[in-house]
Amino acid sequence: MPLLEVNNLNKRFGGLQAVKDVSFRVEPGMIKAVIGPNGAGKTTLFNLVSGFLMPDSGAVTFDGRQLHGQGPHRVAAAGVSRTFQHIRLFAHMSALENVMVGRHVLSSSGFLAGMLNLPRTRREERDIREQALATMEFLGIGGLADAEATSLSYGQQRAVELARALAAEPRMLLLDEPAAGLNMRETADLAKLIGRIRDRGITVLIVEHDMSLVMNISDEVVVLSYGEKIADDRPLAIQRNPDVIRVYLGGEDA
Amino acid sequence: MPGARAKQIAALFAAVAAVQLLTAMTGKAFYLTQLTMTAYYTLVIMGLCMLMGYAGQLSLGHAGFFAIGGYTSAFLTTVDLTAGKSGPVISLLAKLSVLTSRPDLYGGQVLTVQPWAAFVVALAITVVIAFAIGVPVLKLKGHYLAMATLGFGTIISSILLGTQRFGAADGISGVPAFTLLPGVVVTGGSSHRVMNYYIAWGLVTGGMLLLMNLIHSRVGRALRSIHGAEDAAGAMGVDTARYKLNTFVLSAVFAAVGGAFLTHYNGGIGPSEASIMKSVRYVAIVAVGGMANLWGVLLMSAALNFLSLRGYFGTFDDAVFGGILILIMLFSPEGILGADLRGMVKRALGKNA
Repeated sequence: MPLLEVNNLNKRFGGLQAVKDVSFRVEPGMIKAVIGPNGAGKTTLFNLVSGFLMPDSGAVTFDGRQLHGQGPHRVAAAGVSRTFQHIRLFAHMSALENVMVGRHVLSSSGFLAGMLNLPRTRREERDIREQALATMEFLGIGGLADAEATSLSYGQQRAVELARALAAEPRMLLLDEPAAGLNMRETADLAKLIGRIRDRGITVLIVEHDMSLVMNISDEVVVLSYGEKIADDRPLAIQRNPDVIRVYLGGEDA
Repeated sequence: MPGARAKQIAALFAAVAAVQLLTAMTGKAFYLTQLTMTAYYTLVIMGLCMLMGYAGQLSLGHAGFFAIGGYTSAFLTTVDLTAGKSGPVISLLAKLSVLTSRPDLYGGQVLTVQPWAAFVVALAITVVIAFAIGVPVLKLKGHYLAMATLGFGTIISSILLGTQRFGAADGISGVPAFTLLPGVVVTGGSSHRVMNYYIAWGLVTGGMLLLMNLIHSRVGRALRSIHGAEDAAGAMGVDTARYKLNTFVLSAVFAAVGGAFLTHYNGGIGPSEASIMKSVRYVAIVAVGGMANLWGVLLMSAALNFLSLRGYFGTFDDAVFGGILILIMLFSPEGILGADLRGMVKRALGKNA
């Protein structure tokens, strides 16, 4: 059974059909990529899956549960964690605190427990801190824990955002253009890292511009063009697909 | 660090005691009256600080919640139920000792709701109204939210002014003392002055402890994350709408507690407590204290409310708070205590500095 199933998804903004009848599946343990030229509808598709947008029609099913129309916090609680194309770290909070927010879905202390600071609450808080720190160490950024998150370098901020998403111990990780703004060396490191994340049993869906990254790490690739899916195959087959080549390199008339 | 928090709370209590001793030694014990009132206004402002500074939501209607707390307590503890004594509801309430019989100002006997029961009802009403207002209003952002809460404050203010049962422009007077525990009584009058000073500031200290704990908890982190990047907070599983709503209700309860206690302390409440200028004042004090800075807000609230209550601002009272709000927004949105004073001086002196 696929972990994520997207069926006939449609989304229209005014006169623009941003996503048109898109369907695909992500099997557990796989790295799946969504690529396409600018304006192909990748980010819209991503936001539909993560609950940031409501589809006009169609369905998103995660592990048999309906995700569409649920809102981001329910998608997160279902075990789907995401990063953002434009880094969205929490200002005025340390890197560690940012990552600790990632464990929100795995903890439960509410307003009353927080105000009364009961022993159970203190235990949970200690656990959140330790696990968040462990996640940062897994990504090799344990030394940044006490730095103010938004004061870090671009690459470090990307790593903190990834740590925050991983701290939720998701079953599926959604990465929105994680290589944007990284140099070739950093991109290569990122590829290794995504591989390690998959080795922890986390399924990865990645929207990406950088072809070398996608072709290196993905098990399967979905290609979008003008909101429609034009291919869904293994990377090698995608590279030989005439429709894909036409979209990326221009067709006979180019 | 919990240890640091305990030290801060202990320091607050020591400061409270030091101020009391100072007034006793200098023969200025009459200051305690205004300091007690200051504490009750500070409760409103602390709650508003959570809402504005930590959850990032503005409210220009918190004087409304203060008034709901105060007026509910005042109304229930003064309305005479003797006429309905034989009715089933009132006799049942009397049996449950929710009601109390006491002499009124003119020597007769009145049957009214017992202050503790009135206080509980006041908080319950506040919670219900805060939920009812909060659900639709907190969907708004920025100045739309400000306008909607302003509308709420205006409605409460006009209802109180226009309702005869609530005393219209005169408000409600003759509110009895509130016996918290045997021997611990919220009431004006100089014989109870020191005790009431400690009751009021004890509430502030306890409230500070609760809110400091909250800020440093999972919920506090979630609130700050909403303020920092709301969409990312949602993606991390924070139910942003619910957290904003809960904080709104929590801040309304703090306001209502302040309103109810001050009403018993003053022996009455008037419609000016619900006025928009009061709400503006609360917002101004949170802003000048540094928004997300409970200690700064506490300090500013103590200083400015005390000065205002002692009449230092004269007829310009409201104008002072309006002016503070303008100056803070223009020159130091981080509040006075968080201000980059050297940078401000440099900028003011221009390039030559």
